[in-house]
Amino acid sequence: MSIASSSLVRRRRLGRPSWVVASVAVAVVAVIPVAMLATSVLRPNGEVWREQWRTRLPDQLVATATLVVGVGTVSILLGTSLAWLVSAYQFPGRRALSWALVLPLAMPSYILGFVTTAVFGVAGPVQVFWRDQFGRDAWFPEVRSMTGAIVALSLTLYPYVYLLARAALRDQAASAYQVARTLGASSAEATRRVVLPMLRPAIAAGGAVVVMETLTDFGTVQYFNVETVTVGVFRIWRGTYDRDAASEIATLVLVFALLAIGLERVARGRARFAESGGRGAGWTPRRLNGWRAVAATVAATFVVLVAFVAPAMRLATWAISEQRSERGTPMLANFAEYLGNSLVLTVATVSVCMLASIVTTNARRFGSPRLVGAANRTSAIGYAVPGPVVGMGVILALVALDGLLDRVNLGLPGAVATGSFLALVYAYVIRFLAPGVNAVEAGLSQVPDEATSSARTLGSTPRQVMWRVHLPLARTSVIVAAVLVAVDALKELPIAYLLRPVGFDTLPVWVYNLASESRFEQAALPALAIIVVALVPVIVLNHQLNRTPS
Amino acid sequence: MTPQSLRRPRFLARSGALVVLVVLGLVVAGCGAGGGGDGAGTLTIYSGRHYGVESAFEQYAEDSGIDIEYLTGNDAELRERIAAEGEDGPADVYLTVDAGNLWAAAEDDLFQSVESDVLDTSIPEEYRDEENRWFALALRARTIVYNPELIDEAEVATTYEELAEPEWDGRVCMRNASNDYQQSLVASMIAANGEEDTLDVLRGWTENAEIFANDVELLDAMAAGACEVGVVNHYYLAEMLEEEPDAPIELLWAEQDSRGVHINISGGGITRYADDAEAEAGKAFLEWLATDGQNTLVADNHEYPANSTVAPEPLIRERFGVDFKRDTLRADVLGSFNERAVELMDDAGFG
Repeated sequence: MSIASSSLVRRRRLGRPSWVVASVAVAVVAVIPVAMLATSVLRPNGEVWREQWRTRLPDQLVATATLVVGVGTVSILLGTSLAWLVSAYQFPGRRALSWALVLPLAMPSYILGFVTTAVFGVAGPVQVFWRDQFGRDAWFPEVRSMTGAIVALSLTLYPYVYLLARAALRDQAASAYQVARTLGASSAEATRRVVLPMLRPAIAAGGAVVVMETLTDFGTVQYFNVETVTVGVFRIWRGTYDRDAASEIATLVLVFALLAIGLERVARGRARFAESGGRGAGWTPRRLNGWRAVAATVAATFVVLVAFVAPAMRLATWAISEQRSERGTPMLANFAEYLGNSLVLTVATVSVCMLASIVTTNARRFGSPRLVGAANRTSAIGYAVPGPVVGMGVILALVALDGLLDRVNLGLPGAVATGSFLALVYAYVIRFLAPGVNAVEAGLSQVPDEATSSARTLGSTPRQVMWRVHLPLARTSVIVAAVLVAVDALKELPIAYLLRPVGFDTLPVWVYNLASESRFEQAALPALAIIVVALVPVIVLNHQLNRTPS
Repeated sequence: MTPQSLRRPRFLARSGALVVLVVLGLVVAGCGAGGGGDGAGTLTIYSGRHYGVESAFEQYAEDSGIDIEYLTGNDAELRERIAAEGEDGPADVYLTVDAGNLWAAAEDDLFQSVESDVLDTSIPEEYRDEENRWFALALRARTIVYNPELIDEAEVATTYEELAEPEWDGRVCMRNASNDYQQSLVASMIAANGEEDTLDVLRGWTENAEIFANDVELLDAMAAGACEVGVVNHYYLAEMLEEEPDAPIELLWAEQDSRGVHINISGGGITRYADDAEAEAGKAFLEWLATDGQNTLVADNHEYPANSTVAPEPLIRERFGVDFKRDTLRADVLGSFNERAVELMDDAGFG
């Protein structure tokens, strides 16, 4: 077994042009819509900036920074320690809990927002019980607060860190830990000096996802009265009807996101861990006894309860009481159609995202790593931009393209127009390319460069190496990538809301039509439907990651 | 490598090919879906109003024999989309909530004028655009509510402005500044009192109010004792009372000794891009909504009909009444103040 760091890895300077062209093309196509919106910054409206700076912007910047740092820290701590707990220790219920801890991933944040306040708010069952026990004026932490927002967002976003950390622990760190122990390191020392450094890339990648999701959120935070820059952007757009001003301020979100990406690269460091000679044997978890075992079970169960079971139960009781009442759930007859549309859209998005991810990540091995790396980072930009902004950018890009085609008399009615299925998938792919690329890249980075060069030396073309060496070795990561994109695409609302063809309603659209009119009880059944559907890929994911390495 | 992994490339290649086929199929299907859909005899409606519209569409389609297609969305985005799609787009009618949205659509030149005696006689003048580009179809009153277990009716503030007084510190629940209805209320105060006084009131509200993300949560919190008084759209209370007739919240019509309670509207118009036949069909649809279709559109949601000859549904008629003083501010003037309302709330740091 050997552990190679990047300094030891030799890379060729010049690569094959076709791979470079492919990944640059993906980057260009992905960046155009965002760039079209960002052009408003080139002719800035000083008045808007002055007004915003004089009034809300300073507070919004502070709130955004606080929220991002808070959610990032809590998610990383929670995700990493839970991954460590279920990987390194044996306690009652470990198997089930290690699986159940991923479940919150299926909960869309716009549903979580109203469910959290309904469960834990002043009128929710928890506080009602509390007041019954301790009197009318008994103190209870304020739910609608920055702390509330940080807790709620962390509880849905920690699974990203948890998943990646758990996978890294199992695939790589286990054997390294055992080697360190054999070489005489104490358990604590082996953890600190071997395991944590090896987890760094996974934690950094998971943390980056969490930060992006937090930055682009504008639904959940409003339930907690937290006013981020993104919330401000939407108020300018929807309240003063000034899209240009809104997109100018939106570039601030982009700056935050770029900072986060930069931070991730620093945090990941130059570390790159590849294992040759197959996977290690995995952990032999240490058995916990007595109160420690109880504490471990209780802690993990508590997280699952608060993050998933309680909100899901709240939705279920609403759904049942609605079904019993005479008004029922509106549009229930169309359920199959909404479900079908959601699935078609998800399959299309996942297919295109995976194709693009696989080609661009492989291009890094076969093309100039620096150029391709830059292109891949650029194509990830959509993940850092709120959904409606991506959607608006796609509309602008399509209008421009349409004008261009008209000028050369090449009308393609329907296909390129706003409201075509193609445009919708285009926007989805831009938004969710990053999780796909990142996960595939993480998998590929574990394939030693020696494997690539050996195969090439033996006469395989890059394409053969991609299919026959890279993909089989990175198979788990490819599946993880597909699943992450699928879950995100199933939950995505704002893009579909803006760009879908007339009559092409999805499950989230159904939920939102009701939730936006504050008909939360009636929205409960469709909301549960999304969660159940999103559970399917989450379960696939768990299954993949739990398979004992052969 | 294990023997199993040697077999994988073929599996992956096959699934890759399958994926490509699926995508191609979807693209072809998608082109069909995107391209068609606006033939003769089909009325396409873009709606920023999301609740209760389906039953009205279905009812009208059944009565008239016209096919109706519709798309719900957020208003700012629907307007962008109508503008971007232009002549190629399918939208014939744009329905929405909030005067500001209707005003903005008219500003963006998305509507055409509609000459209709039916609409002129059934919709009061203050609830339609000066150039007949849009018409209100439903009225929603944003008024004061209180929890009678915590405060006597006699002590409840009777005006929005009063809620800015220091005595109300910590006793008021209000909606956040991002909300259309809150913006519209502030716009009506600018129209009535001017910007300076409105800013003062907003500063007072900022001091006094607890802020909520939606009226339903606000009412639930009030019933649980979070605030003595609050400001909500009347139909959210109606809905609460429909579920729990004994909920401890009462309604008080605001500003009865001054300009009258703030009324916001939900309404619609015909898009500029509808051709003559579509515009004619759209007009007939609006006329139906303004007359026979009034209650199909508004009753479920407990709104007041914009057509005063139509009786409101029983719950609001009995519990809230119909004889209260309404602010007669023209809806187009109200809409024009929306932008300033947002800026003043920014200035005061409200919500």
